[in-house]
Amino acid sequence: MKISKFNIVLLGLALVAPFAFYPVLLMKVLCFALFACAFNLLLGFVGLLSFGHAVFLGTGGYVTGYLMMNTGLTPELGILAGTIASGLLGAVYGKLSVKREGIYFAMVTLALAQLMFFVFLQAPFTGGEDGLQGIPRGHLFGFIDLSDNLNMYYFVLAIFLFGFWLINRTVHSPFGQILKAIRDNEPRATSLGYNVNDYKWAAFVISAALAGLAGSTKTLVFQLASLTDVHWHMSGEVVLMTLLGGMGTIFGPVVGAAVVVGIQNFLSGGELGNYVHIIMGLIFIVCVLAFRSGIVGEIQKIVKRNFG
Amino acid sequence: MSADYVLETQNLIKEFKGFTAVDDVSLKIQRGNIHALIGPNGAGKTTVFNLLTKFLTPTSGTILFNGNDITSMQSAAIARKGVVRSFQISAVFPHLSVLENVRVALQRKEGNSFHFWKSDKILNRLNDRAVELLESVGLGDFADAKTVDLSYGRKRALEIATTLALEPELMLLDEPTQGMGHEDVDVVANLIKRVSKDRTILMVEHNLHVVSKLADQITVLQRGAVLTEGNYETVSADPRVQEAYLGVAAEEVQA
Repeated sequence: MKISKFNIVLLGLALVAPFAFYPVLLMKVLCFALFACAFNLLLGFVGLLSFGHAVFLGTGGYVTGYLMMNTGLTPELGILAGTIASGLLGAVYGKLSVKREGIYFAMVTLALAQLMFFVFLQAPFTGGEDGLQGIPRGHLFGFIDLSDNLNMYYFVLAIFLFGFWLINRTVHSPFGQILKAIRDNEPRATSLGYNVNDYKWAAFVISAALAGLAGSTKTLVFQLASLTDVHWHMSGEVVLMTLLGGMGTIFGPVVGAAVVVGIQNFLSGGELGNYVHIIMGLIFIVCVLAFRSGIVGEIQKIVKRNFG
Repeated sequence: MSADYVLETQNLIKEFKGFTAVDDVSLKIQRGNIHALIGPNGAGKTTVFNLLTKFLTPTSGTILFNGNDITSMQSAAIARKGVVRSFQISAVFPHLSVLENVRVALQRKEGNSFHFWKSDKILNRLNDRAVELLESVGLGDFADAKTVDLSYGRKRALEIATTLALEPELMLLDEPTQGMGHEDVDVVANLIKRVSKDRTILMVEHNLHVVSKLADQITVLQRGAVLTEGNYETVSADPRVQEAYLGVAAEEVQA
């Protein structure tokens, strides 16, 4: 990734942000931003609409939560374990789903995700309806106390930057080049000798693992792993974030996640709290009807038109 | 002897629910030839292509490539063996640049196509070869253009350049001049003639002018079955062919 002035300014802002905003809210935004970026890798760069991505967010969360509560694992190892668990689940689910296309792919991923939802609901170690509560954040590398919100924020920021970098690198790699070719014209990619399902599968696993990374991190932030994160509502929400921000753009999912989390946070405090879903639904409709390429996509268009 | 033949099919049959699209087709494609597959609409030409490249699975029959049975191989594997096809609609990657289109084909042999942790800058070492290929089809000046902006004729030229990048032993071209104006047709026909050196081409083509100019050998299909085979003179003199296919053209000439 190019290190431009723009990126440095953004990084600077991210570093001072916790002094202006509530750190937990910022961490929530970063976790969802990473989740949406991972999702966008599939939707925006391979053209696969997964409608069950919450399962990877949730699995990462539960595995990390369980390990943090029941073993003496340090947080970085707990997160790593959650990420790997989601990656492995993604490997299995990807094998089962990438052969299908379009709406069938969406339905298969939804069905597989619902399967895990009921596992997490019924399994003895997940706390059922209550989820896992009071998960300790622990000490990073054994000595940095993460119960301090500022420490936790910079840890989360580092994780987000790593994930964001990895997705960028994947998009702009020899592998990413083939993904774009498959998205553009799948039969042609096959006729050039590429086993397209293998490439889709690999992208699926990367996306699942990074969604797991986001979920694991989120679990530590809120010290909670719950069914909300594996519910299909969450799978829908990440679609909204990505489309609102601009699918297939690098920064789109980040902006989309910030806007969605921001609006939810703003509304939940006030009288409109009961109408959150209706308002989000309206925003979604307006987005699809009026600006299909999302916030970042529209801005890019304007910039191109006026300065390009 | 099969050694003279790059590709052979033996009793190839494809049935769709109660309808036989390809009926007992045995083709022999001689090495170094431009072999044309012609026939009226719905004769099964494109279906034969799809069977040869395994985009469809034959109901029965055998496909031999250089004497080896490739009937059970998958599409991508057949392509890696050296049988590379084009499509009826122009098969390009519209949102990649013209250069990147060719590079995608060159990249396969690099063995780094799963390397998601590396920068795509390492692909730049393929640029010289890609530009060379683009120049060979007259697209040298368009390397940086976005493919979606190219004219139809240029897209087809790009498709040929991309196919050539794989150095295929056998190129399958599905109606390479379809939907083109006169000038583009000649450009592409000349291009095919030029690239046919050192390799074998099997093409489906409607334009008889192009077929007469290019093809060494012609197979005429009708209702899924082989009607006749031979060079242009033999085939065009066959009364059955005239009735099935050229009849219309002959009447037009008389009118």
